[in-house]
Amino acid sequence: MSALPPYATPGQRVWFYSFRVICGLIFFFLIAPIMVIIPLSFNAQDFFTFTPEMLALKPEGYSLKHYKDFFTNSDWQAALWNSLRIAPMATLLSVSFGTLAAIGLSQTHVPFRRTIMAILISPMIVPLIISAAGMYFFYSRIGLQGTYLGVVLAHAALGIPFVIITVTATLVGFDRSLTRASASLGADPVRTFFKVQMPLILPGVISGGLFAFITSFDEVVVVLFVGSAGQKTLPWQMFTGLREQISPTILAVATILVTVSILLLATVEILRRRSERLRGMSPG
Amino acid sequence: MTQQAPHDDFVVFDRVQKSYDGEILVVKDLNLSIARGEFLTMLGPSGSGKTTCLMMLAGFETATHGDIRLGGNAINNIPPHKRGIGMVFQNYALFPHMTVAENLSFPLEVRNMGKAEREGKITRALDMVQMGAFGGRRPAQLSGGQQQRIALARALVFEPELVLMDEPLGALDKQLRETLQFEITRLAHNLGITVVYVTHDQTEALTMSDRVAVFDDGRIQQLASPDTLYERPENSFVAQFIGENNTLSGTVVELADGKATVRLDSGDVIATTAVNVSAAGDRTLVSVRPERVEYNVERMKPDAFRLQAEVLEFIYMGDIYRTRVRVAGNDDFIIKTRNAPDQRRLKPGETIEIGWLPEDCRALDA
Repeated sequence: MSALPPYATPGQRVWFYSFRVICGLIFFFLIAPIMVIIPLSFNAQDFFTFTPEMLALKPEGYSLKHYKDFFTNSDWQAALWNSLRIAPMATLLSVSFGTLAAIGLSQTHVPFRRTIMAILISPMIVPLIISAAGMYFFYSRIGLQGTYLGVVLAHAALGIPFVIITVTATLVGFDRSLTRASASLGADPVRTFFKVQMPLILPGVISGGLFAFITSFDEVVVVLFVGSAGQKTLPWQMFTGLREQISPTILAVATILVTVSILLLATVEILRRRSERLRGMSPG
Repeated sequence: MTQQAPHDDFVVFDRVQKSYDGEILVVKDLNLSIARGEFLTMLGPSGSGKTTCLMMLAGFETATHGDIRLGGNAINNIPPHKRGIGMVFQNYALFPHMTVAENLSFPLEVRNMGKAEREGKITRALDMVQMGAFGGRRPAQLSGGQQQRIALARALVFEPELVLMDEPLGALDKQLRETLQFEITRLAHNLGITVVYVTHDQTEALTMSDRVAVFDDGRIQQLASPDTLYERPENSFVAQFIGENNTLSGTVVELADGKATVRLDSGDVIATTAVNVSAAGDRTLVSVRPERVEYNVERMKPDAFRLQAEVLEFIYMGDIYRTRVRVAGNDDFIIKTRNAPDQRRLKPGETIEIGWLPEDCRALDA
């Protein structure tokens, strides 16, 4: 954003400053609710409010007891363990299928590619509650409801659109003559895929995978329908915690999740920059 | 090498046709044999089918009809990666995530070659294109000309007998193009490899090739050595496409012993060499190369055919003079003369006498 030019009219001046105010407000409404949680999670009391000690910044107003509760309570640990068992498997499936789908759908000779793409992306657009209800009835029929595999498959279906979108975007910059060059040098299609195509679209694959991971890790609606008590994930436990216990441990968990998410998204950003650099490097 | 030279038919296109949509033939009935060690160029305007032919030979396109043979074996059903044909692309197609040495190592690793052997071959290939010091660089750190040298080294490093080049110098500036033209021909001859080269640049085709196949409209219009192509074009497309050319339209009056007497549309009657006119009464385009026309009466041969011309434009180009004259109703008749101490500089508006030998003047299809 450049400075206000000397010839600006009063109208432009007003807009110049109100634009900044609007931007500030947007950021405030987006970030403030999350930022409030972080200090509250260090509350020494079992309340969701700032105690007078906390406001006075006295050390006795703060403690790590909610974090300790999270790491010792068997309910929370089981939920964490479930999330860690489900999310990576769902991510793995999303990445494998999503990448293959994106590569297949980027070939111009595939019939109905736009329609197929729309169907694969639909879990991202259809309201979650509808997908969840549909999956519940479908998985009940085929005996997947309430199983680990069922939840993993459901989360994979939710993650695939992210992978397809990011990988398709990277493929746009992929030079097709590279696969031809690879073939002319004697590499079979499998070798060409792993040695030439994969390294170049890897940033797209990884960022798609991170989105898929976060989707599974944060998801509560589908798992409530498709899962059973044995697949109680972290978000599910938080949901129950809010409804039944109102324990500030939720705030500690939320803080941990926010930190993890920020770290993951920072990784995405670093990868995106790397991919741009590589694409700028690719000739032609 | 001339058209009549004996071939051992290393690469053969046998009645090959190609259609992308099942209706329009992009390549129509192509027959072509290429000898071992030959440098053959496919030359033609865009859309003439030359690149399609190259891609069929490489295996990236399949022939709709006919056979393509390499060393006597039909290769129609062999996938590209098993053909063992080197290829150089217009946009270089170097792998951006690998260093130069890794790019060259790739075809050798595919062939399960040991590390020591690989390194030896990579060093030799890089030295061959004078890029020995660049093994550790990435393609993005090289200029266009350097990248194309690496692409060339990569296509040669696994010692293929046949190398295809698809307009490899198209993206480079003129000076670099000329240097690399020379280097590619030198390498090809030293290594004894067969090269099929695609270009739309006729100068490139003439300077590099043993033989040139001129493509237009999915067919080979003429297949000949560069000098034959330039001096004895067989039809008016080739005459127009290769080099600069003056054309005069007229009607054949008499045809005998390979000589045709042509009445130009202006009424002048001239003697020509008959090339592809079949009978008196045929419409014809008479073609004369600009450098075969003389206006200095002292230099004219006694049997030269002479015509009156009016000078419209005279351009001093350093090594040559380029004169545009009006002759027999044609305003775009160009004469190129060498800059010599005894050569006269003309002025627009002057009326001069120009002349050429009947053998330099060819009656082609209209």
